[in-house]
Amino acid sequence: MSDSNPMFSLRGVSKSFPGVKALDQVQLDLYPGQVTALIGENGAGKSTLVKTMTGIYQPEAGELRFRGEAVSLDTPEAARQLGITAIHQETVLFDELSVTENIFAGHYLTKGRFKQLDWAGMDARARQILQDIEAPIDPQTRLKYLSIGQRHMVAIARALSFDAQVVILDEPTAALSHHEIEELYAIVRRLKEAGCAIMFISHKFDEIFAIADRYTVFRDGCYVGDGRIDETDEAGLVTLMVGRTVEQVYPKASAKIGDTVLQVKQLSHPTEFDDISFELRQGEILGFYGLVGAGRTELMQALFGVSRGVQGTVEIGQERVDIRSPADAIKAGIVYVPEERQAQGTVQEMSIFQNISLPQLSQINRSGWLNEEAEYALADTYASRLQVKAPNWREKVGNLSGGNQQKVVIGKWLATQPRVIILDEPTKGIDIGSKAAVHAFMSELVQEGLAVIMVSSELPEVMGMADRIIIMHEGQAVSEVARHEFSAERIVSAASGG
Amino acid sequence: MKTMLQNREILLAVLILVMILLVGVITPDFLLPSNLLAVYNDTSILIILALGQMLVILTRCIDLSVAANLALTGMVVAMLNSAYPALPVPLLMGVGALLGLLLGVVNGALVWKLGIPAIVVTLGTMSIYRGLVFLLSDGAWVNAHEMSASFVSIPRSTVLGLPVLAWVSVLVIVIMVHFTRQRRLGREIYAAGNNPTAAFYTGIQVGRLQFVAFSISGLLAGLCGYLWVSRYAVAYVDVAAGFELQVIAACVIGGVSIMGGIGTVQGCVLGALFLGVINNALPVLGVSPFWQMAISGAVIVIAVIANSRAERKVGRIILKKAALHAG
Repeated sequence: MSDSNPMFSLRGVSKSFPGVKALDQVQLDLYPGQVTALIGENGAGKSTLVKTMTGIYQPEAGELRFRGEAVSLDTPEAARQLGITAIHQETVLFDELSVTENIFAGHYLTKGRFKQLDWAGMDARARQILQDIEAPIDPQTRLKYLSIGQRHMVAIARALSFDAQVVILDEPTAALSHHEIEELYAIVRRLKEAGCAIMFISHKFDEIFAIADRYTVFRDGCYVGDGRIDETDEAGLVTLMVGRTVEQVYPKASAKIGDTVLQVKQLSHPTEFDDISFELRQGEILGFYGLVGAGRTELMQALFGVSRGVQGTVEIGQERVDIRSPADAIKAGIVYVPEERQAQGTVQEMSIFQNISLPQLSQINRSGWLNEEAEYALADTYASRLQVKAPNWREKVGNLSGGNQQKVVIGKWLATQPRVIILDEPTKGIDIGSKAAVHAFMSELVQEGLAVIMVSSELPEVMGMADRIIIMHEGQAVSEVARHEFSAERIVSAASGG
Repeated sequence: MKTMLQNREILLAVLILVMILLVGVITPDFLLPSNLLAVYNDTSILIILALGQMLVILTRCIDLSVAANLALTGMVVAMLNSAYPALPVPLLMGVGALLGLLLGVVNGALVWKLGIPAIVVTLGTMSIYRGLVFLLSDGAWVNAHEMSASFVSIPRSTVLGLPVLAWVSVLVIVIMVHFTRQRRLGREIYAAGNNPTAAFYTGIQVGRLQFVAFSISGLLAGLCGYLWVSRYAVAYVDVAAGFELQVIAACVIGGVSIMGGIGTVQGCVLGALFLGVINNALPVLGVSPFWQMAISGAVIVIAVIANSRAERKVGRIILKKAALHAG
């Protein structure tokens, strides 16, 4: 089949952001009637590529060809007019608008000479598309009342409402249940039969082998290889994708498991999670796995005193603590490294050392005056230990790469000498080198007697690093698995409510 | 749940009725149809301006310059009338609207092309426009006797029982309902304000829509320039000083979210009427103007709290429970 001409291809495409080369001379071919899987670790440049292909980013170099002709996609509109449509990883839709409007926003149907919006027509068409993909959703519901899975179906319906030629599915199954994934496969097959070129991004090898015809592998923003899926196997893909062995990425070291440091009993939140109990021991890495939106982050935020209206008890070292604010949590010895590094983790405009000393300004500066030397010394201890790459610690955090920003956030919290450290998606969106460093550091932490909670949506990461995994589904802790019982199938099935 | 926002509007309507009835108990004359009509007529300008402001707020911006725009266009129109009394009034109205549009275009262009936050842009243009009124008039007033008879009388003349001023506001309401429900641009304004990122991904240009919203707000302010000056039969530098706050308050009370993307024409009109009734009823009851301001202020704070509660996100456990009840 590879003798047919590609419908859409990229050659030598590069794109950089301050501090990061997201795409470096990459190439890709998508063929009509075929599914091409784009494979790569987080930070390999997949999302950047999707945005380049849909006119959201403009590449600095390289060529995009559509049906053999060079095209430039200056706006999302331009991409859409060629029939290039993407279902993004985070569903980007409008909460306050109806399902119909979400499907037709930007390309409304009109009627009559005066181009009035044809709501009846749009509703009918929306109902038809939703029926075709077997998603029983009322088109007039406002989006905010839909579950995450349903929102994905709306996003797919939206993509189908165009005359799609190239369909990009960016981790479409991350938030779907087993049943919904089956339906998605059916949709993909229909699109194939209709002659669409499909790009499928997924971390799950079973899905890739089930649905893809071809593969292309990226690593650290570079193209590393492509081919037919039936001429390779999982091990081959992993080697291409990681470029190093599993042990190097997940350096799990055995730490001495000690006494219980944290005991959570029947923690409930009015809307986000319900009746969560668990304990955490010294020297342990406890993984929290689940689909996007399972309530993991909300649970961690509750432990850190961010959420209100939480019921249940939290004990630190047998002693009951009342955590009503992050200040209480820090005092009790719990720190939280959030997923949204830029929004919640660092003050981008401040220097590295100021960021690190921030949570304990009152301890360092007892006189009430700021003591910059003491702050710098404190920061030096932790920033050096974490090997933050910067000319000196006066560099603005905003100028660092994602991985180094992550190290600053971790350093900031370590400096408070906590007992429990919560890492929420600690390696999301950082390159593989930094990732391995964060993992190695995690192992060091537990060896020093800290207890770590790690929230992660990456199965290899939780399986590689955790001693125990608690699996959440729709706000409930549905299963708990110890390291010797780890199995990918069991964990994934529990997470999707199976 | 689905009709929460509509319920809110019904609630507001009921509240307005209750207020009217309460005032009526003390002063029965307040309930006379002619008086209620006068209250509506008196609120017309606020309604028109609030509808323009709503579009701006929907796009996550704010237009602080509406009252200054009104004062400047009002002064220009009044000076034209006193210098050339022969110019027909509809032409003057057109001139006012066009000038207002131009002033709105300036706001919109600065926000769109230079990416300056709307609050900064319109804080600046508010002072500039107000300053221009002074430069133009040299601080002098244009009084009733300098205006032509038709200039002053047209908004007051009644057609089918309603003054022209009230008819203008009804017309603007009808156009805005159509615009926000049936026009592509109107719907895109909601999308842009509700989720600018998603709007961008969808191919909607958020900046362009902000420009459109500011332009419409300016146009309506320009139209109100003539209406205001002729209604009060005087033009001077401080016309409608501080009125932009009433306009924004009307939007907020009417359920327009200051975070953008949420708000309806009917809600906005009710918000304006609510303030209109308060403004008209309190003097009748002999309440001091200082209390009037405090009451309006309290209502705004309450409305903002009510809005933020209504907009709170729906949690998954609630969803699940709702699904259980439904199933």
